[in-house]
Amino acid sequence: MAMTSELAAAAGLADADLVAMYRTLALARALDERMWVLNRSGRAPFVISGQGHEGAQVGIAWPLRRDHDWVAPFYRSIATCLTVGMTPRELMLAQYAKADDPSSGGRQMPGHYGHIDRHVVSVSSPVATQILHAVGIALASKIRGLDQVAMAIMGEGSSNQGDVHEALNFAGIHQLPFVFIVENNGYAISVPWQKELSVRDVASRAAGYGMPGVIVDGTDVLACYRASREAVDRARSGGGPTLIEAKVTRLTGHSSDDQQTKYRTEADLAEGRAHDPLPIFRDQLRAAGVLAPDAEAALAVEISALVEDATAFAEAAAEPDPATGIDHVYADPAASEPPPPWHPARADVVPQDAG
Amino acid sequence: MAIRTFIEAIREGMRDELRRDQSVIVLGEDVGKKGGVFLATDGLWAEFGDDRVIDTPLTESMIIGASIGAALNGLRPVAEIQFADFIHPAFNQIVSEAARMRYRTVGGATVPMVIRAPYGGGVHGALYHSQSIEAFFAHVPGLKVVVPSTPYDAKGLLRSSIRDEDPVLYLEHKKMYRSVRGEVPDGEYTVPLGRAVVRRPGRQLTVVAYGLMVHYALEAADRVAGEGIDCEVVDLRTLRPLDRETLLTSVRKTGKCLVAYEDNRFLGYGAEIAAIVAEEAFDYLDGPVSRIAGPDTPAMPYNPILEDWFMLSPAKIADAIRKLAAY
Repeated sequence: MAMTSELAAAAGLADADLVAMYRTLALARALDERMWVLNRSGRAPFVISGQGHEGAQVGIAWPLRRDHDWVAPFYRSIATCLTVGMTPRELMLAQYAKADDPSSGGRQMPGHYGHIDRHVVSVSSPVATQILHAVGIALASKIRGLDQVAMAIMGEGSSNQGDVHEALNFAGIHQLPFVFIVENNGYAISVPWQKELSVRDVASRAAGYGMPGVIVDGTDVLACYRASREAVDRARSGGGPTLIEAKVTRLTGHSSDDQQTKYRTEADLAEGRAHDPLPIFRDQLRAAGVLAPDAEAALAVEISALVEDATAFAEAAAEPDPATGIDHVYADPAASEPPPPWHPARADVVPQDAG
Repeated sequence: MAIRTFIEAIREGMRDELRRDQSVIVLGEDVGKKGGVFLATDGLWAEFGDDRVIDTPLTESMIIGASIGAALNGLRPVAEIQFADFIHPAFNQIVSEAARMRYRTVGGATVPMVIRAPYGGGVHGALYHSQSIEAFFAHVPGLKVVVPSTPYDAKGLLRSSIRDEDPVLYLEHKKMYRSVRGEVPDGEYTVPLGRAVVRRPGRQLTVVAYGLMVHYALEAADRVAGEGIDCEVVDLRTLRPLDRETLLTSVRKTGKCLVAYEDNRFLGYGAEIAAIVAEEAFDYLDGPVSRIAGPDTPAMPYNPILEDWFMLSPAKIADAIRKLAAY
């Protein structure tokens, strides 16, 4: 019989679930840190990070039914993607932009995850567009009677886009099986929340769409889990959509091209580090007796090995072939405009004066 | 065969596909009980109900964005944008999302959906109910753009568009809705995307057109025929993918090419036709590839005199034909 501490029981979970959640959180962090190492050592031109968001991501994605429910994530959703079943190798293939990267075959920038078999909707760079995709998925689920819940996730900066208003209004009208997650880290790149939000809490906007707005501490993984489970259950049972705002911290710059010390004070950054969900959750599990020292050590070894494996695998994976650059514009290749005849799009067509 | 107006053929196309395929839905502003502001969806809500004919709020980006999601999850949405002029709030969803989904997922995720939009002027619609928007979207790889000119094609192309695996922008010239009639078979038929058709064979000069301009070009060709100018009229029907073969075969035969389009001229769709003809039929040309199109104002003015000044007409096209024929 599964061990159940008071901590786990309060969340309706078993101790093994809590350890699995911690493992996902720690794995996401380790992969993320490796991506930065690759960037700073010249192996990857770009990184966009989920560090500081992972606790909320793991807790919130945990109640979703894998390969059944849908998630439309954003560019910080590394732990979300791991939670719903993407693998470290798949995430690292995206970081290296290799041919077998299931997100985009190396066509998109790193962090733009997607995996149709895991029901992870492909992320683009114009922010907030994905909320409408999730709403449409929820609409189809309702019309087709599929019992699926669709979840859209973004930062509070993106939540100011007009698509969010249009999506929440429609989801509210039709009581769609939809959950909207805002990971509020207080900054839209460099702009602090005071200059991007007319209200303190994004969740308060839910009232305008006739849906519950819930605020959770993003460093409290189990509180995030409980809030999400309630919202997912309500959505699935026909009770309509929910907006959940998780207060998180952004431990890194916006991306590898951003230097956040330019616009954040050292006190602000220290405050952020004090809200790092990884040590907070770890300490919580240690105190509850869920994470024994030997198990924690074994996890660290396993995670380190997974990161090494994913990195080596992606590093060795094949690059995309330029001959495939024109592929998948349309279902029918004949519908594509051909590449210009002088364009060396195919290995067997080399300009005559080449070399 | 029954005689149908252009809009009746479109309505029947939607109705037949809704009957044939449970995954087809229609959504847009006023498409339900009212049946659309032009009545293109009249009667569909009564037959297919709330789940399959959905009145939306005034939210164009949502109409397209939610259609993308619905398409990802197994439906085939037919989204109506009430006037093509109002499509611009959805530009990001169409261009950045619908058109790129297949490419950015290396074929993993696809969005089979149709966006219907009434376009075009000459109906006293002024700046915001008259626009031609095809050039914005025909530029975008991943999108297909269809512009029918006859009731037969309207129904056949709409069915093909709904069955297509890629997003299709289906543009309906609103001036044709009730002014153009034609034979439409009762039974099952489709017209394939990506195939142009020669509406009128001729030897001396090719006029390339689509939508309402096909009718104006045919009328212009009739006018100049009495003057000894024998025009061929090519109806493109699909702007993307373009049927180069029909276009180039015609121009290589006649040696002269005039493109007629209602949009303002600069960087309009006809510019691409002119470029392709210049590149691929240069040796056959017997005169400059020419365009006749709308003036380069930001949009069509309302006052009927100004509107006539903006709009192409059979007379204006006939004039352009005469000039090119005399070259």
